[in-house]
Amino acid sequence: MPECNYDAASLPDLLPLYYRRLFPFAQYYRWLNYGGVTKNYFQNREFSFTLKDDIYVRYQSFSNQSELEKEMQKMNPYKIDIGAVYSHRPNQHNTVKSGTFQALEKELVFDIDMTDYDDVRSCCSSADICSKCWTLMTIAIRILDRALREDFGFRHCLWVYSGRRGVHCWVCDDSARKLSVAARSAICEYLSLVKGGEETLKKVQLSDPIHPFVKESLAVVEHYFSQYALVGQDILGSKESADKILALVPDDILFHITQVRKDLAAFFQTERSPTKRWDRLQSLVQKRSSKKAAHAEKEIMLQYCYPRLDVNVSKGVNHLLKSPFSVHPKTGRISVPIDLRDVDKFNPFDVPTISLISEELNQPRAGEEREEGKDGEKEVGEKRKIRDYKRTSLAKYIKVFDNFLDGMERSRKGELLRKSDLQKDL
Amino acid sequence: MEEDTDSFTNRPPWSSAAAAEGGSLPPTENISLSEFETFAVERLKLLKTVETLGVSYVKGSEDYIRKLNAEISNLSFPYRAEATGDKKQQVGATEQEKRRKDHISHFILRLAYCQTEDLRRWFIQQEMDLFRHRFGELASKHKTEFLHQNELRYDTITTDEKTSLMEKLVQSTYSISGASVLEQDIYKVPFQDALDLVRMRKVFLRAGYAYIAHQDIITIVLNDYRTRLSKALALTARSLPTVQSDERLQPLLGHLSHAYVGQDYSVQKNVGKISLEQIDSLAVKSFPLCMRELHRSLREQHHLRHGGRMQYGLFLKGIGLTLDQALQFWRAEFVKGKVDADKFDKAYAYSIRHMFGKEGKRTDYTPYSCLKVILSNPPSQGDHHGCPFRHSDPELLKQKLQSYKLSQAGINQIMELVKGMHYQLACQKYFELTHNIEDAGFSLNHPNQYFAESQKLLTGGREVKKEVDSPSTGQGAPARKTSDTSQGKSGTLTESKPGNPVPAEAEMAEDLDSLFQDD
Repeated sequence: MPECNYDAASLPDLLPLYYRRLFPFAQYYRWLNYGGVTKNYFQNREFSFTLKDDIYVRYQSFSNQSELEKEMQKMNPYKIDIGAVYSHRPNQHNTVKSGTFQALEKELVFDIDMTDYDDVRSCCSSADICSKCWTLMTIAIRILDRALREDFGFRHCLWVYSGRRGVHCWVCDDSARKLSVAARSAICEYLSLVKGGEETLKKVQLSDPIHPFVKESLAVVEHYFSQYALVGQDILGSKESADKILALVPDDILFHITQVRKDLAAFFQTERSPTKRWDRLQSLVQKRSSKKAAHAEKEIMLQYCYPRLDVNVSKGVNHLLKSPFSVHPKTGRISVPIDLRDVDKFNPFDVPTISLISEELNQPRAGEEREEGKDGEKEVGEKRKIRDYKRTSLAKYIKVFDNFLDGMERSRKGELLRKSDLQKDL
Repeated sequence: MEEDTDSFTNRPPWSSAAAAEGGSLPPTENISLSEFETFAVERLKLLKTVETLGVSYVKGSEDYIRKLNAEISNLSFPYRAEATGDKKQQVGATEQEKRRKDHISHFILRLAYCQTEDLRRWFIQQEMDLFRHRFGELASKHKTEFLHQNELRYDTITTDEKTSLMEKLVQSTYSISGASVLEQDIYKVPFQDALDLVRMRKVFLRAGYAYIAHQDIITIVLNDYRTRLSKALALTARSLPTVQSDERLQPLLGHLSHAYVGQDYSVQKNVGKISLEQIDSLAVKSFPLCMRELHRSLREQHHLRHGGRMQYGLFLKGIGLTLDQALQFWRAEFVKGKVDADKFDKAYAYSIRHMFGKEGKRTDYTPYSCLKVILSNPPSQGDHHGCPFRHSDPELLKQKLQSYKLSQAGINQIMELVKGMHYQLACQKYFELTHNIEDAGFSLNHPNQYFAESQKLLTGGREVKKEVDSPSTGQGAPARKTSDTSQGKSGTLTESKPGNPVPAEAEMAEDLDSLFQDD
């Protein structure tokens, strides 16, 4: 296992190499510059760096790609966060009159963290993840990505592995970056189905009729539920976990709960198959079904599988979020974009660590020249860096990023064409 | 959102919606200071009522409408019948007076409430609710007129589209049934213009557009109003330095604005009078349930998440913990868990100093009121904050109360109040049961008030109990006359009549304090 050899103590030695030869500055700048359409968009963007010993430096900003590059190579941040585009250059925020320095725009972001699922996964807890519970992230991506595109009409959603236990989404459309705080919070609420804290057992309540968004989301959950929850997490495997589920059935069914329990206990004695157990539970619940409990089994499925958003991250325009291609200091893994066409195959344990790609760089590999043909037009300095990362397992993730950026570029061009056509018509 | 916002922005919310009244700009007439004050205080009282009713009743329910209308006419603001523009039927002068007051008072509060994010949010929320109520009382044709006046024109969808989206429209929109889809107009609106419907998932969304039934059109109006009002407040904030240089207005506006939460329990007399050893027993005896729960979770798990730390930390600050004590208290507990002292100093100490106004913007944060706890930032996974009466499963709440040895009858009373969404009353009942008294004799709106009342009762402040005295005098409220015995709805407000000498700030403070502590 390549990731085993990452040692947090080696991070200070590896980072300089990473920022000097591997970090995809060109793409990164291309992303945050957004085609240079809005003046000072990149220049007024806040970056913040976490340095050695948790020293946190906010309000960094840079005039251009080369300044960003130089500064990162000088400071070698353990972690990079991206903030908002401000009214002034963030590194001069102290020099402008207070109150006038304001966050104007930012991508609409989502942060999904596996720790928020601790009450519904049995395989791991807190910061730990495994390939079993990773399915929850797959479900989250599928549900949210569909809704963001089909319901809200966004087209440029960049999904990124956080490097440890979750995923981030950066919605980069022009209209998304301009959203108000109220709009961001409304979107979050539209997308939130699991609600309540430690004092709430039943966290999903559906009402009639079921909204098309919920239906679409349910369809995704249903696709994974049996394999993930019933078999993988074995949620009906023990008496305790089954009781936890029964506790989610509304009271008017609970009225008969002792009977249901007895029924189930007897059935479970002879039947080991998780899916058959679930079928039985479902039919028992449905038999007693009243209006209030009409959606009981759907609610259970959603409570166990539906994405749990950290709303506070999404709401604020000035909230910081860990940048793509930042290294996670604990795991050493690079925060990489996820290829949506292959989201089911994405495996967080395959994501390269900084140790791995540094090592790959040091092993000369035959045949690397062949890959270069199409980069002919880029400048020479760039070329070397491109050659460098292409020799590592980071390459395929940067390719995903490239594709994403190309998509945005096409939209921008389309938009320009449309505008000039309009002008012609006038 | 275009340049042309004036027609609406500068109108007070109501007279604009009411009828084509001329006054679309801020008032320019001269007004006496005492009238200025009266208007402002009464509108504040109205907004305060809007807030309280919004918590106690379902917005738009019959009770809500009735009580709000009563308050509106009680305070002599214009409403319903007058809104139709049939001025002749009304007693002319009075009607004119009411509108003038409505208009002026709205703009005064804009000045007072534009200063901080928190104030703006509160003000916008209450004015929006008031507006929603008033708009709801309009006749249908006036609603449409209103839309047109404000240039809110949207495309309707074709019959073909309706037919193809029929099922989805019916499933997503309460006010549409299968049969009515074809009959009524359905508007296609950018989702940003219908955020309230989006938020509650009460509308069909496709490709960034919300499909809105005619009945739901109010959402658009409100959304538009919110946008304009919040822009206007931002603009007002910029002109504030000029206003504040007027030494007559400055103290008045300051007082108006911080009055919205009632006493804020940030300035304490008893700082340093509580020792850390006392907290465990105080938590059982004198903490409201929300704080008792937070304390228990903290002791059990040696950790609280951000929401819990804020709610509980500010409460503790409010009951008198010093910064040093607070740091000691949190550190001692956190290091028993997964956080070592070093990590605590790096990751958590900052936010505690921040709470005490020693970091960042150096705002001295005030403890959360009940309304804030109930309405904002609801707890999510892993959180223990919030209001136990609002944010617990009834079954769990019942068990908890049982484990705290409350009588079954008492628990039933509490559960009834919870069911009726009277969370603060439920908490007050909890106070009465845990303190063994018949009637708490105060109206609860702040966890720190709960604590103060409890301490007063337990440490021999017996004589206070019988009086319906202002609840928080023990907590360092400004010196007050005790003559305001009547704490009725309007009792203390009618005192400053036009012609009176300009009230001194202290008196003003009294009026406002009594206003906000007693209902």
